[in-house]
Amino acid sequence: MIEIFQILLTESFWAASLRIATPLIFGVLGALICEKSGVLNLGIEGIFVAGAMAGWMAVWLGTGLWGGVVVAAIAGGFFGLIHAILTVTLGLSQHVSGLGVTLFATSVSYFSYRTALPKVSSPPRIEPFRPLEIPILSELPFIGTVLFQQTALTWLALFMVGLVWYVMNRTGLGVAIKAVGDNPNSVDAQGLSVYGLRIGAIVVGSALMALGGAFLTMSAFDAFFFGMVNGRGWICIALVIFASWKPGKALLGALLFGAFDALQVRMQTEVGAKVPSQVFLAAPYVLSIVALVIAARRAEYPRALLTPWFKGQR
Amino acid sequence: MTSSPVLILDGLSKSFGSVRAADAISLKLFTGEVLALLGENGAGKTTLMNMLFGHYMPDSGKIEIIDGSGHAKPLQLGNPQASIAAGIGMVHQHFTLAENLDALDNIMLGSESFIHLRRNKSQAIRKIQKIMNDSGLVAPMDVAVGRLTVGERQRVEILKALYQDVNILVLDEPTAVLTPQEADKLFENITAMTKNGLSVIFISHKLREVLAFSNRIAVLRHGRKVGEISSKEANERKIARLMVGEETKVFSKKELQVGEPVLEVDNLTISGSSKRESLSNISLSVNKHEILGIAGISGNGQTVLANAISGLVKSSSGKIKIDGKNILTNDPSNIIQAGVGRIPEDRHKDGIVGQMSVAENMIIEDLNDGKVQSRGLLNHEAIMRHCSNLSSKYDVRGPGPNASARLLSGGNIQKLILARVFEASPKLILANQPTRGLDMGAAADVANRLLEARQRGSGVILISEDLDEILSLSDRIMVIYDGKLRMAETHDRETLGLMMAGEAA
Ligand SMILES: Nc1ncnc2c1ncn2[C@@H]1O[C@H](COP(=O)(O)OP(=O)(O)OP(=O)(O)O)[C@@H](O)[C@H]1O
Ligand SMILES: [Mg+2]
Repeated sequence: MIEIFQILLTESFWAASLRIATPLIFGVLGALICEKSGVLNLGIEGIFVAGAMAGWMAVWLGTGLWGGVVVAAIAGGFFGLIHAILTVTLGLSQHVSGLGVTLFATSVSYFSYRTALPKVSSPPRIEPFRPLEIPILSELPFIGTVLFQQTALTWLALFMVGLVWYVMNRTGLGVAIKAVGDNPNSVDAQGLSVYGLRIGAIVVGSALMALGGAFLTMSAFDAFFFGMVNGRGWICIALVIFASWKPGKALLGALLFGAFDALQVRMQTEVGAKVPSQVFLAAPYVLSIVALVIAARRAEYPRALLTPWFKGQR
Repeated sequence: MTSSPVLILDGLSKSFGSVRAADAISLKLFTGEVLALLGENGAGKTTLMNMLFGHYMPDSGKIEIIDGSGHAKPLQLGNPQASIAAGIGMVHQHFTLAENLDALDNIMLGSESFIHLRRNKSQAIRKIQKIMNDSGLVAPMDVAVGRLTVGERQRVEILKALYQDVNILVLDEPTAVLTPQEADKLFENITAMTKNGLSVIFISHKLREVLAFSNRIAVLRHGRKVGEISSKEANERKIARLMVGEETKVFSKKELQVGEPVLEVDNLTISGSSKRESLSNISLSVNKHEILGIAGISGNGQTVLANAISGLVKSSSGKIKIDGKNILTNDPSNIIQAGVGRIPEDRHKDGIVGQMSVAENMIIEDLNDGKVQSRGLLNHEAIMRHCSNLSSKYDVRGPGPNASARLLSGGNIQKLILARVFEASPKLILANQPTRGLDMGAAADVANRLLEARQRGSGVILISEDLDEILSLSDRIMVIYDGKLRMAETHDRETLGLMMAGEAA
């Protein structure tokens, strides 16, 4: 017990929590936008891989870091578009299409990596995003280390939380997205395009998801590995429900998971000798499930989630 | 009417598979006129209006809009946006509201540009306030639509259409869920708006309001226009003949000696999360051979009362006895077993399982019956036989026993439910708004079935907003207002109307 409190008081623990949370923030926001419009996007896991791979590859080929971010977003949007055409235009099963996109995006990414670098045994490194040292603020005790030594991508993620909240709650576009996820007929009756809104939401949401992947190769690490996404996309799918589709709560959920994970690593070194390490590795997931069970009981799903809509049908 | 046309529908046709829902229909609408569109369930009224509004793409035909200076412009077909831009507003038969948004958001939806970063809500509220004043329709703007009553939702739908600055307003059964008083008020205000050049097409199954408020009547049957008459020359018999090609069935109520009580509700109290989900100290009894009518404006506790008797909500205090035996509340299967047959208010949602077949829906309440299963395995042939027997006995028409139940028209869904309920020979029938949205023929069928059940010895609770229906069928009448139930001593429209509004003593 004492050890936990000691860990909670360290700056590095909080800094790590925020760092671990960053890709999840992108992912949850992306999933939230898709689901608010009425479409579940299980392509998220593969879109993470595609974003990680495409962003890193672009930088390695010399686009510069921000160029890499743009390329990652475009790659995410591309796979989102595939999902959108399958589920919105053709009205196919969102589960099957999403899992298909995950398999497809993952394989395409691995394939391109292998094709570009056939003979490499240790993955080539790029120069990743550096912590943004903000004069004076970075010197502050505690806060300085936790907040002001994160990379630009973490700041972008936090900014996105605010932006998504604003668009969803303060603009006509947000109202239309929420409406199309509740009752597509309401949107159709007002002369708006159900297809357009949904496809747009999925493409934008998927681009955000891809930034979560890009953070892994361009900020958390400096290279692309197989299996590096490691279930983060799935975690985001659970976190959206935990957040009951609200951007603010999505941030909270991502931070909570980040904190569990950071704590887990530190506990391993503290008491690792007595308890098998697998217990710690599993802990964040177990805790997430518990949190989800508590939160999801009250969750109000977007009413039209999973239901395809066709023009001119009852 | 000496005025000029504003809208010309020319030879519109539309088929769905083998169903010819609209067959070369031509129709003119004149400036400032109220045109009523009549026809049985499935006659094609909604289909025709959906083509006008661009929801459906016609197979053939064209639509012209005549502007103020007399120029006829063809309307781009199959595009709601073009119809809205041409000044057409439509109130749909089934709500097109997003329930997670409040009324204001629903009304503003689509009328603001997506690239604007700020919304001008106060300006919208001012405009809506003005429309509310002009139309007499009031609804709360800041409550999520999912928490509004059906009556309030209906008003929001109409406000939403008026908000778009329409000069042609289409109302598809706008009064199906309104009380007679609300309906009259709505039409008075619409008549007033026609003075300023609004032209209206409305669809209704209620002949009283059609005769009172329309200038002209067009009748559809099986997808064709079969007649047009001026409302002055029309009467109920003439219209009925046009609609169904025959006189409507009349029903007669025999005097019967009532038997012992089948349902006794004693001091039932439910404290729900909102006022309309609460009941206070409800006591009532229904006897064999008796129809108890419960009149009231929707949202006054009818739904909870029906749910409580069906075991769908838990009561805070009070007792329910069926056939003299106390029953566990909050246990629907127990209550079905005790002999209660339910005709639910929302037939699409609570009456059938839309994705399941017609045959499956017919047997869904008696899966343990030896007729349809043995040792837990369903007997497919027996089910099909059962279904085709009942379909012919109760005149359920549709695409066949294997089709999904949701494809049936509203009237046929109701007949399916009636078949299921009646075949179980229930002691008590709980009918909640059983004829809402049904055409005259189908409504008469329902009424006849309820009278037949009364004859056979069932007790019936008839919850309805339709005073004519309550008055013609009930042996005793109670009025529900604000979660409280009162016996009506005299059976006349005025007194009942006042009690429904919570006024009279
Ligand atoms: N989108 C659709 N897909 C398949 N069939 C349809 C569709 N819309 C209407 N129909 C069929 O077309 C016919 C006409 O239906 P419509 O809804 O226009 O009738 P209506 O006159 O409005 O009836 P009601 O009084 O019950 O509202 C019916 O047989 C209906 O089943
Ligand atoms: Mg209709």
